[in-house]
Amino acid sequence: MTARDAMLARIRSKTAKGSDETRRAAVDARLAQHPRNLIPERGIGDEDHRVRVFTEMMQAVGGSVEIVNDLNDVPDSISDYLRNSNLPAHVRRGSDPVLARLPWHRGTLEVAQGRAEETDRASVTRAFAGIAETGTIIQVSGQDNPTTLNFLPEVHIVVLEASAVFASYEEAWTKLRDEFGEGIMPRTVNMISGPSRTGDIEQTIVRPAHGPKNMHVIIVR
Amino acid sequence: MDASTATFPANVTKALADGQLQYAMTETGPRFIEKRTKARDALPEFDALRDQARDIKNHVLDHLDIYLERYEEKVQKSGGHVHWAQDAEEARAQILAICRKANAKLVTKGKSMISEEIDLNHYLSANGVEPVETDLGEYLIQIRNERPSHIIAPAVHLTRDQVEADFRKAHTHLDPNRDLTEIPALVEEARTVLRQKYFAADVGITGANFLVAETGTSIIVTNEGNGDLTQILPKVHIVIASIEKIVPTLEDAATILRVLARSATGQDFSNYTTLSTGPRREGDPDGPEEYHVVILDNGRSNVLGTEFQDMLRCIRCGACLNHCPVYNAVGGHAYGWVYPGPIGSVVTPALVGIEKAKHLPNASTFCGRCEEVCPMRIPLPKLLRHWREKEFEQHLQPQSIRWGLGVWAFFAKRPKLYRMATALAARVLTNQGHGKGRMSSLPLASGWTRYRDFPAPQGKTFQQLWKERRK
Repeated sequence: MTARDAMLARIRSKTAKGSDETRRAAVDARLAQHPRNLIPERGIGDEDHRVRVFTEMMQAVGGSVEIVNDLNDVPDSISDYLRNSNLPAHVRRGSDPVLARLPWHRGTLEVAQGRAEETDRASVTRAFAGIAETGTIIQVSGQDNPTTLNFLPEVHIVVLEASAVFASYEEAWTKLRDEFGEGIMPRTVNMISGPSRTGDIEQTIVRPAHGPKNMHVIIVR
Repeated sequence: MDASTATFPANVTKALADGQLQYAMTETGPRFIEKRTKARDALPEFDALRDQARDIKNHVLDHLDIYLERYEEKVQKSGGHVHWAQDAEEARAQILAICRKANAKLVTKGKSMISEEIDLNHYLSANGVEPVETDLGEYLIQIRNERPSHIIAPAVHLTRDQVEADFRKAHTHLDPNRDLTEIPALVEEARTVLRQKYFAADVGITGANFLVAETGTSIIVTNEGNGDLTQILPKVHIVIASIEKIVPTLEDAATILRVLARSATGQDFSNYTTLSTGPRREGDPDGPEEYHVVILDNGRSNVLGTEFQDMLRCIRCGACLNHCPVYNAVGGHAYGWVYPGPIGSVVTPALVGIEKAKHLPNASTFCGRCEEVCPMRIPLPKLLRHWREKEFEQHLQPQSIRWGLGVWAFFAKRPKLYRMATALAARVLTNQGHGKGRMSSLPLASGWTRYRDFPAPQGKTFQQLWKERRK
């Protein structure tokens, strides 16, 4: 008998209550219906409410938030942010189609494309969703969205459409199922709440640990 | 490393006399409690979520075999590999085989308690593969060759001065005159040293907080971002997880995530919650080319269906440690193995055997705070009591305790005698208290009173007081 079969047989002999069919039916129903459990009130409300709660929560964990009214203003606000942070006017982005359409040529910003390099100091990504409840952004990996952009550079700038700011994680799961199919996931889904930190020495919070030092979210209305 | 669970009493004596440890524990201990209380108070639904989290895991444990099969199918569909390990030895061998196939010399590691449980680092080193821990706390204990002293804060027993000394010893390639007096300087040094390792590593090993059956996804939760750099930069990602990490759906994971960080660090949500499914997809610019999951049993299935099953709901948040008076007095190393605190005293006997860990179930005042704060509502005192019963059944206690219990039982079964004896004892002990209401020494119990005072009785027995009040 393989280790797998031995383990499963042992578990079955210990757990099995009721017939095999009823047990399988219970599991399959739950997996197919993926019912929602209790969802906290905190994030629930109209778009203004969700953006407001998201902003408060993101700031509370050390991230910064800026709201712009036009997607085309994003390159300028990135330039301003980098200048104010004393960083070179250079960013790395993936080939996300929404980011690709932005008027990058307007300012002095240099924009490189592709996965993050060791020397990159700032990256720009487009969020799949934002979650008001805890000030969390969700990044989804794929051809257009290198995961390294979320972790290697010193500064992670996130473009987040206000319409994608959801009350709870559960709404992001629904969007994932709509875009990728039931039970199918992209390689990596990153839920990120603020810049990297550690409390491992004397429980003193220090930023950054291994990831970005700053997270700057630009919400586009 | 060998377990020292058997010498718990001696470990405790040593821990209580260790000034540096006592300083670290009193400085940081209370902070965990404050942070959790604040996070709980900010979420009105917190206790209702705990009930649901408990119910989710109970449902999983009742259907674990089927969920594991579904999970495996999904991992395979996404291009990943599942390896089944019945014990530590099988798990280590499987991991080494994957490393060898990848010609790995250097392995970076995210924080994993299972890796500690199977003592993976020593095994890999002995077989020519260098493991490097990348979580700061784990890195610290790795360079000190220690076990974690806390489930989520493995180096909580250390002070900044000790860390500075360890870094000077370990990082000899850096300027010996550098300033390391402040904590941020220490963190920055670890960041710089470990950055190089992420890029050089051939394989990245992480644990998993959850395995999602619906999608074949493993989830890790970190604050530092080290787990992510560990798993996206090397060519091969190995996940090591135990069987009870399964949750049915993404919705169920979300519910338990809501109670996890709040109970652990008092955060609403950890900085990085990462869901990984299979290897890099066609056209992906980064991510690992291979994705393996090693699923470990190591004695857990023996607990299923027994009076101890509730322990398998544990999500390793560490709240029971933070709120335990015994843990806070002696620190994690005294427990002698990988899992300290109340949950450790319950899990360790199940995994290493009660005969080797017979002292641990007694390392409790039964104050009940562990159960009060457990996000998964594990009845820890009840489980500790079950272990004490086992201990008694198997004659593992010293003769003096069995004799003492025998004497007590003799009186308890004879009410008249019992009342006389307790009334006499109460009077004698009250006098011993010399009006202070407490005693700093007791005959036959000097070991107990060395570190604490014994409260003196107030002169009457419980039965006498009961009788008076009924009048």
